[in-house]
Amino acid sequence: MLHLPIYLDYSATTPVDPRVVDRMVPYLREKFGNPASRSHAYGWEAEEAVENAREQVATLVGADPKEIVWTSGATESINLALKGAAHFYRERGRHLVTVKTEHKATLDTMRELEREGFEVTYLDVDADGMLDLGAFERSLRPDTILASVMYVNNEIGVVQDIPALGELLRSRGVLFHVDSAQATGKLPIDLAALKVDLMSFSAHKTYGPKGVGALYIRRKPRVRIEAQIHGGGHERGFRSGTLPTHQIVGMGEAFRIAGEEMAAENERVRMLRDRLMRGLMEMEEVHLNGHLERRVPHNLNLSFNYVEGESLLMAIKDIAVSSGSACTSASLEPSYVLRALGRSDELAHSSIRFTIGRFTTEEEIDFAVQLIKGKVAKLREMSPLWEMVKEGVDLDTVQWAAH
Amino acid sequence: MAYSEKVIDHYENPRNVGAFDKGDPHVGTGMVGAPACGDVMKLQIKVSDTGIIEDAKFKTYGCGSAIASSSLVTEWVKGKSLDEAMQLKNTQIAEELALPPVKIHCSILAEDAIKAAIDDYRRKHTAGDAGEAREARREAA
Repeated sequence: MLHLPIYLDYSATTPVDPRVVDRMVPYLREKFGNPASRSHAYGWEAEEAVENAREQVATLVGADPKEIVWTSGATESINLALKGAAHFYRERGRHLVTVKTEHKATLDTMRELEREGFEVTYLDVDADGMLDLGAFERSLRPDTILASVMYVNNEIGVVQDIPALGELLRSRGVLFHVDSAQATGKLPIDLAALKVDLMSFSAHKTYGPKGVGALYIRRKPRVRIEAQIHGGGHERGFRSGTLPTHQIVGMGEAFRIAGEEMAAENERVRMLRDRLMRGLMEMEEVHLNGHLERRVPHNLNLSFNYVEGESLLMAIKDIAVSSGSACTSASLEPSYVLRALGRSDELAHSSIRFTIGRFTTEEEIDFAVQLIKGKVAKLREMSPLWEMVKEGVDLDTVQWAAH
Repeated sequence: MAYSEKVIDHYENPRNVGAFDKGDPHVGTGMVGAPACGDVMKLQIKVSDTGIIEDAKFKTYGCGSAIASSSLVTEWVKGKSLDEAMQLKNTQIAEELALPPVKIHCSILAEDAIKAAIDDYRRKHTAGDAGEAREARREAA
């Protein structure tokens, strides 16, 4: 029996794995101590749990536990990394580099740094969403202090060449921050080998709880950042505030499970994703957004040409997915990520992001394929654009009465 | 986004989806909007010799509110004279469907579409000649 709506939005958030919940609950009940309490067993017990979790997170990404700082989530980690490094190294230079398809947590932080007087270069990507290494290198200046690139794109799932970018940036003496919110549990990360200085993590994209994340801050060679939140000097002064023990325990356990099960899980998820893709691409005029091979197995982003995204979402309300169309906003702006790929507004408006995960079943995928095929056919029957295309009209030659 | 029950009803059971022959002298066609904006509406009316809208059809590319607005308009204009149909206001559509502020443009588009269809029909009849009528329709589109 299917539970509706079927959840195919794992890149928005994941359910907390039941094993993770079981680990967390004691730290809400009897093990409620403050890990900063040094004077009694409640505090020691909580501190031990926090340090155990720190080791679990460090293990997944090949880091030393001392390089991990707890935060409230990837957005805070990104803010701390970018503002913290930019502020510390501002005397060395004022130029920062990032990419147009980054998450808003990075883009908005960069905008804020621009207001503070920094200069930011926003690099383009190609039609598949990939960065050009040559263009990246050409963007670097003598006064470039920091670059920020996401490992896995949240909308189209493409994986950037972080090892190569790391080599380039290290050789040029530029600090490198990587947003890995969408990467953990999806691809192996080895910070012992990667030349990355700062890396942001989130728990809730990897079957952990919301409201907790971490920032990796390299010790060798040492990276300095200025704290953004001041208080009791927790986390060696990098991030003050009482640690949420239960959240941290949850993140640790979630990352431990990810490390153990990633390889097998990815194969299963890839099989489901390919099944979904095959089923949907049997229809005409369905376009894949983002590079087919250089992407995580969980993500499928398709544009259903001549069907508007929001009406499609409404038609397929028995499945929970995201649309690249932001028709609900006053601006009617479609996804800036798809626009950066050079997709037309029409294709961007008609895009749907499917993200598959640990609890997705074959039965759910088959249900989704049947539902979407039927609804796309119905909406195209209702679409004047589809009618014109079928009559042989080239839509690019039509003079639209814009409004 | 939360839709009103009426929007959902029109969206799930759209009235009068389809097309008439654009070349038919009794038919007026209005197409408004642009794919880049996320909405295109095509509204057609079939007008009797006595100037009454006998039937209406639509096709819409757009969000649920755009589909509902055009579906509603095709229902409303049936049985009306051209002058009566010209009086239709977007505010009536928005009110009937309880459209939120961000969706008011859908009702404006529906009003524009019916007016464009009436204009097209009238142009055909003042132009007289079928060839000129086709030209006029193309310009309107």
